[in-house]
Amino acid sequence: MTSSKQALAHPASSAEAASGDEPGAAGGAHGRGTPPPGTTSWRSRLYRWDMKASPYAFIAPFFIVFGAFSLVPLLYTAWYSLHNVQLSDLDNQKWAGLDNYQNLLSSDFFWNALGNTFTIGVISTVPQLMMAIGLAHLLNYRLRGSTVWRVVMLTPYATSVAAATLVFVLLYSWDGGAINWALGGIGIDPVNWRESDWGSQFAVSSIVIWRWTGYNALIYLAAMQAIPSDLYESASIDGANRWQQFIHVTIPQLRPTILFTVVVSTIGATQLFGEPLLFGGVSGSKGGSDHQYQTLGLYMYDQGWIIGNLGKASAIAWSMFLILVIVAVINLVFTRRLRKSQ
Amino acid sequence: MITSELTPPQPEKPRESRRPRIMGAGKQLHAGPLTYAVLALFALVSLAPLVWTAIAASRTDRRLAETPPPLWFGGNLFKNMETAWEEAGLGTAMFNTTFVAGTITVSTVLFSTLAGFAFAKLRFKFSGVLLLLTIGTMMIPPQLAVVPLYLWMADLGWSNQLQTVILPTLCTAFGTFFMRQYLVQALPTELIEAARVDGASSLRVVWHVVFPAARPAMAVLGLLTFVFAWNDFLWPIIALNQENPTVQVALNSLGTGYVPDQAVIMAGALLGTLPLLIAFLLFGKQIVGGIMQGAIKG
Repeated sequence: MTSSKQALAHPASSAEAASGDEPGAAGGAHGRGTPPPGTTSWRSRLYRWDMKASPYAFIAPFFIVFGAFSLVPLLYTAWYSLHNVQLSDLDNQKWAGLDNYQNLLSSDFFWNALGNTFTIGVISTVPQLMMAIGLAHLLNYRLRGSTVWRVVMLTPYATSVAAATLVFVLLYSWDGGAINWALGGIGIDPVNWRESDWGSQFAVSSIVIWRWTGYNALIYLAAMQAIPSDLYESASIDGANRWQQFIHVTIPQLRPTILFTVVVSTIGATQLFGEPLLFGGVSGSKGGSDHQYQTLGLYMYDQGWIIGNLGKASAIAWSMFLILVIVAVINLVFTRRLRKSQ
Repeated sequence: MITSELTPPQPEKPRESRRPRIMGAGKQLHAGPLTYAVLALFALVSLAPLVWTAIAASRTDRRLAETPPPLWFGGNLFKNMETAWEEAGLGTAMFNTTFVAGTITVSTVLFSTLAGFAFAKLRFKFSGVLLLLTIGTMMIPPQLAVVPLYLWMADLGWSNQLQTVILPTLCTAFGTFFMRQYLVQALPTELIEAARVDGASSLRVVWHVVFPAARPAMAVLGLLTFVFAWNDFLWPIIALNQENPTVQVALNSLGTGYVPDQAVIMAGALLGTLPLLIAFLLFGKQIVGGIMQGAIKG
C-alpha cells in the first residue's frame, strides 16, 4: 500500500506548491481554520449554501449544452418530421401528420438504406471485434517494445476519416488499384469494388475495420490484464491447455467488455456517414450509382440537403433513433437472459 | 492516515511508467516468433495505407491508379502539398479545424472535469438519475439534432461561421463520464474533506485538489477530444461550405470535385491528417494508457 500512500501525498503536496504563499487548502492543521459550521455567521451560511449549490453549478455547463443542442433539437426534429419542410421554402411549413413516415415506409430507398446499414454494420463490426480480441491476446504476451506495438496498432484511429477514405478509394480502384493488382498477383480476377453490391459494402466496411480494430484491441487488452491470474492457474491445474484457457477463462471474463464494445460499435454503425459519403465520390450522398452502400445516415443527408426535404430527413433521423432504442432493448433482454442462465 | 489503507489502488500516471505496466495480469508468457510475426502483419496493415499516402503524395504522375502502383517516393511532395494548400483551400481548412478542435478540447476538458468531479465525489439530490441520463445521451445520434440546428443557423444568419460548429460540442457526455470514472478512484475523498474542514470554498477545492489530481486524465481526455473534434463530419458538412471549410469538408470536396491530379488529392489527405499524426507520435503513449484506463471500469 505504500504506493497509494505516496499517491495520496502527491496531490496534497502539489496543491501546496500550487497555492504558493497562501496557506495550503489541504495543509491540515496549518490552514486558516474557520470555525466549523454551527456558528450562524453569514460566512458559515454562505459556506453551507456553497456546499449545497456547487454540485449543480459544476454539472450545469454539460446539461445546458445538452439541453440546448441535443434535447430541444430532438423534440423539434420530432415536430418537423410531422411537417412538410422544404429547403427551398423554409417559411412555408405545413402540417403533414404522418405523411413523412408513410412516405418512408413505402420507399424502397429507405428499406435499402436500412438493409445496407445493417449489412455494413455486421460485416464491419463482427470481424473487427474478433480480430481485436485476437490482437489483444497477442499484445498481452510479454513483448519487446510493447508500447511501440500498441501505439502502432492505434495509428489508424488517429488518421482522419476523410484522409483514410480517400486513400482507400485509390487502393480499391477498378483499373489499376493496388488491391486488384495484388489480387491479380495471386491469380484472382479484379473485383469492381465501387459498383458491385458486396464488393462496395466490403470496401466501405474495411475502412471502418482498419480504423477501429486497434482501438478495440486496447480496450480488450486492458480487460485481459485485469483478469486475476489464479483463474488461469486453477485452469492449468485442471489440465486446460492454452487454447482451452483462452476459451474458458479469458472469453467469459471479457464478457462485460465485449458487451460494451458491441454497444458502442452498434451506435457507431447506425450513424455511419463519412466513409460511404467519401467512398462514393461524386455520387457520394447516393451511396453509389445504385445506392448499393447508401446507409441511413447518408440517406438522411441526401433527402435533407441534396434533395431538400427536411421534413422527411427529420423522419429518417427519428427512425434511426427508434432502431437504436430497439437494439438497446434487445441487448438488455439478451444480457438478462445470459445472466439468468449462468 | 489509517483510512488510506482503504483507498483503491491509484491508477498509474502515464508519465512515470517507464517499466512495462503489469496490472494484475495473468502469468505473462514470453511471446514466441509466431506472435511477433502476426503482430508484424497487423502493424504492416495498420501503417501501409499511411505510408502509401505519403508515397502517392510525392509523385509527379497525375494518375496513381496504375499497374503496378507506385511503391517509392517521387520528388514532388512539397509542390503537391502547396497545390492542395492553396487550390483546394486546405490552408484555410487547417486553420479553421485547429481553432475549432482546440476550442472544443479546452472547454470539454474543463467542463467535463467539473461535472465528473461532482458526479464522483459530491452528494446532491438526483445525482444518480442525472448520471444515468448523461450516459444515456451517448446513445442519441447526432442526426437527431441537425435539422433544427440548421434552421436556427439560417435564422441567425450564421451559416458558414465557425461558432455553429463549436457551440454544440462545447462539452460531451463521454468526457463527463470519463472524468467521473477516473476521479472516483484517483481522488481520495479525505483530501476533499480536509480542505472542507479548513473552510475552503468549492472553487478552492477544485483549483487546489481536483485539478492536480485530475491532470493525467485531463491530458488524455484532451487528446481523445481533439481527435474526435478533428474528425467530426456530419454537422460541419451541413453547416459549412467550401468558402470556410474544416479539413473534413475540404477533403470531401477535394474527393468529389474534379481535381484530376490524384497526387494532389493524396497530398491533401496527408496534410489533413498530419496534425493528428504528429500529436499522436508525441503523445501516443498517453493515449494508449488513457484508452486502456477508461476500459477497465464496469
